[in-house]
Amino acid sequence: MGEYLLEMKNICKSFPGVKALQGVNFQLRPGEIHALLGENGAGKSTLIKVLGGIYHPEEGKIFIDGNEVAITGVNRARENGISIIHQELVLVPHMTVAENIFLGREPMGKFGVNRVQMSNEAQRMLDTFDLGIDADSLIADLSIAQQQLVEIVKAISFNCRILVMDEPTSSISDREVEHLFEIMRDLAKKGVGIIYISHKMSELDMVCDRVTVLRDGTYVGTCVVAETPRDKLINMMVGRELNQYYTRDHVKSTEVVLKCVDLDDAKKRLKRVDHVSFEVHRGEIVGFAGLVGAGRSETMQCLFGLTKGSTGEVYIEGKQVHIGNPVDAMGYGISLVPEDRKVEGLYHLQSVRFNSTIEVLHEFIRHLSVNEAREEEITQEFIDKMNTKTPSQFQTVANLSGGNQQKVMIGRWLATSPKILILDEPTRGVDVGAKAEIYEIMNMLTKQGVSIIMISSELPEIINMADRVYVMCEGKVTGCIDYEHLSQEAIMKLATQETVGGQNNG
Amino acid sequence: MVERFGKSAKRYFKDNLGILCALGAMILFLYIFPRTHATFLTRTNIFNVLRQNAPNLLLSCGMTMVIILGGIDLSVGSIIAMSGVLGAGVVVWGGAPEIVGILVAVLSGLLFGLCNGFIIAMTQIPPFIVTLASMNIAKGIAYVFSGGKPIRCMTDAWKFLGAGFVGPVPTPVITMFVVFIVAVLFLNRTKLGRHIYAVGGNDTAAKFSGISTAKVKFVVYSFSGLMAGLAGITIASRLYSGTCTSGDGAEMDAIAAVVVGGTSMSGGSGRLGGTLIGALIIGILTNGLNLMGVNSDWQYIIKGAVILLAVYVDFLRSNKKAK
Repeated sequence: MGEYLLEMKNICKSFPGVKALQGVNFQLRPGEIHALLGENGAGKSTLIKVLGGIYHPEEGKIFIDGNEVAITGVNRARENGISIIHQELVLVPHMTVAENIFLGREPMGKFGVNRVQMSNEAQRMLDTFDLGIDADSLIADLSIAQQQLVEIVKAISFNCRILVMDEPTSSISDREVEHLFEIMRDLAKKGVGIIYISHKMSELDMVCDRVTVLRDGTYVGTCVVAETPRDKLINMMVGRELNQYYTRDHVKSTEVVLKCVDLDDAKKRLKRVDHVSFEVHRGEIVGFAGLVGAGRSETMQCLFGLTKGSTGEVYIEGKQVHIGNPVDAMGYGISLVPEDRKVEGLYHLQSVRFNSTIEVLHEFIRHLSVNEAREEEITQEFIDKMNTKTPSQFQTVANLSGGNQQKVMIGRWLATSPKILILDEPTRGVDVGAKAEIYEIMNMLTKQGVSIIMISSELPEIINMADRVYVMCEGKVTGCIDYEHLSQEAIMKLATQETVGGQNNG
Repeated sequence: MVERFGKSAKRYFKDNLGILCALGAMILFLYIFPRTHATFLTRTNIFNVLRQNAPNLLLSCGMTMVIILGGIDLSVGSIIAMSGVLGAGVVVWGGAPEIVGILVAVLSGLLFGLCNGFIIAMTQIPPFIVTLASMNIAKGIAYVFSGGKPIRCMTDAWKFLGAGFVGPVPTPVITMFVVFIVAVLFLNRTKLGRHIYAVGGNDTAAKFSGISTAKVKFVVYSFSGLMAGLAGITIASRLYSGTCTSGDGAEMDAIAAVVVGGTSMSGGSGRLGGTLIGALIIGILTNGLNLMGVNSDWQYIIKGAVILLAVYVDFLRSNKKAK
């Protein structure tokens, strides 16, 4: 190959007070899938925005096919064959697939837009990839994974030669990821260069050829994925020896703190929780594994009193209790850190302090007096405990990085001094360094006697952290595995209820 | 204690710097401007401005909470007309004592607020539509009850709430400050107050936090209705009559005061302290234009432009802060 499709040389970009990129280099070959790796804030998105014409670098040159180009705006990027699929999808939900693909350049007939031609064209493009999506269906009716595929088709339809994908797999299931990867390989074969951003290390081996690592806005290095051990990549990203990525001292505890019998969401349609029973011992981390949609989060929401009309028996330390709403649950020492911190967790416009103390207002607000000193003290305690990086307690939460937002969330729920802490996908969208810290905190909590229920779709995380793992499939618990017997194969077998045999997933 | 007060005062100035400057500039201008120099900063005029704007500030207190909650209350203007007419009707036609009339007026506002709150909390109907409907219903009740004519009521007891004085201070000014302080304490110093910010900021997160979102909505819309009832009786008292046309467009003035005061229409953030300044800016603007002898038709255009400008400047400032 030799010749590069895209070459970025010595890119520098700074914002007031921050040097976001300092002399970053990046090279992409035609037909290559090239991963861009780095912690949150390492400069990945800034680099991509420079490529997409959203930011203009102070220094540096960009070459496409060996010719220097000036990317002065979004349209210039597109003319040069660059397409970017952002993490947040930007499709119009109430328009059809075809309308979205041709948005802004609809084929015109005599009487306005030629809908038939548009729909046929779109269908032809969709069929090239064998997607099984109808060009006339509404975007809102498609799954997230399907919407992502539509984005890709749309990108390709601009004759794109350089495709950037920013964390495309963060919200889709393993099986859909597999399909996505097939399409990526397909595109690469046709000569498209793909830049792939992801936090999931395991995906690198599956789909990427080379990887470039950034750290704190600087270029660390580029290596061939197949020849580089994972530890080395992590070291490159974090910049220090992370000898203990997972911190876990496994325990064998027999004291049952929580026992759930026959939890059921009592729904006739879209049943997600079907007579689920499980128990949790003191100081244990109990993992809940399964595919997306297996009903893990819904089970915990039943337990937490969030599902109206759910049935089942809950015993805490041997005594049967009734939990009708989250306040009851918190009263019994249960806390739930929800899965989607954007939608279910954070008050984005408010400060770190507001977000940290919303569960424990009763500790410092009595009648009409607010004890601000106490409020400050509580906030600081959990900033310290979680090692949250924030310029001040008054910082707006929306301006923190994903990892720090997650820490604020976990801290908020720790402030309620739970006996049983439910963590739903505690490390989703969190960078490697913060992940290791969260694992360490989980381990520390269990030593203090807190029991943790951890829902996770990342199998390595489940395997390394959990003492016991319940596996769910289609609303039912299909098995429970002790940590000595844990393996990806064992979990996947139970999660899919079919003989998978050596499939390497997530 | 003193130190803490100093701190929050400092934060207050920092948060509201933009509109405080606007307010200061306006006062300075009216003081220097030859035609208004003599009259503007007199005690009579200051009390006059405050009295005229008391009903708007009452509405704005309720509206601030409604907007922080991520909603809107369009019904308050009509509730002013309805409560004034009902109160005056009960006194004049029913022969009830004035205090009963006042209570009927205030409670009718509260009742409408309760209904708004109940429907918004229990159904998925957007607040815009629910309050649009109740706006029409309240207006209709006012017309049906009064037959479209003003109900005149001239007794001293009736006049006290809107046109009376306590010492040198007009009664509405006192009502306004008492209500404002109660609202500030409620919003900033109670758990329920925090919950308003939480529900407005992220409804789903609030549910996961165990906050009863229905209760919060119910309370906030009820409070807004109560404020409208109180504003209604204040206006009816000042005009010596309950009139179907009073309060026309009052909901828009309240919304203007809230947004000029820096509260975001998308909910989740905002302060009553800002709303106070917002209401004062709009009030002093009107007063100043009157003193300068500007035609009332032109006043609408100038008012609109000032609202747009104030919100835009604030928007620029907060954008700069975010970066």
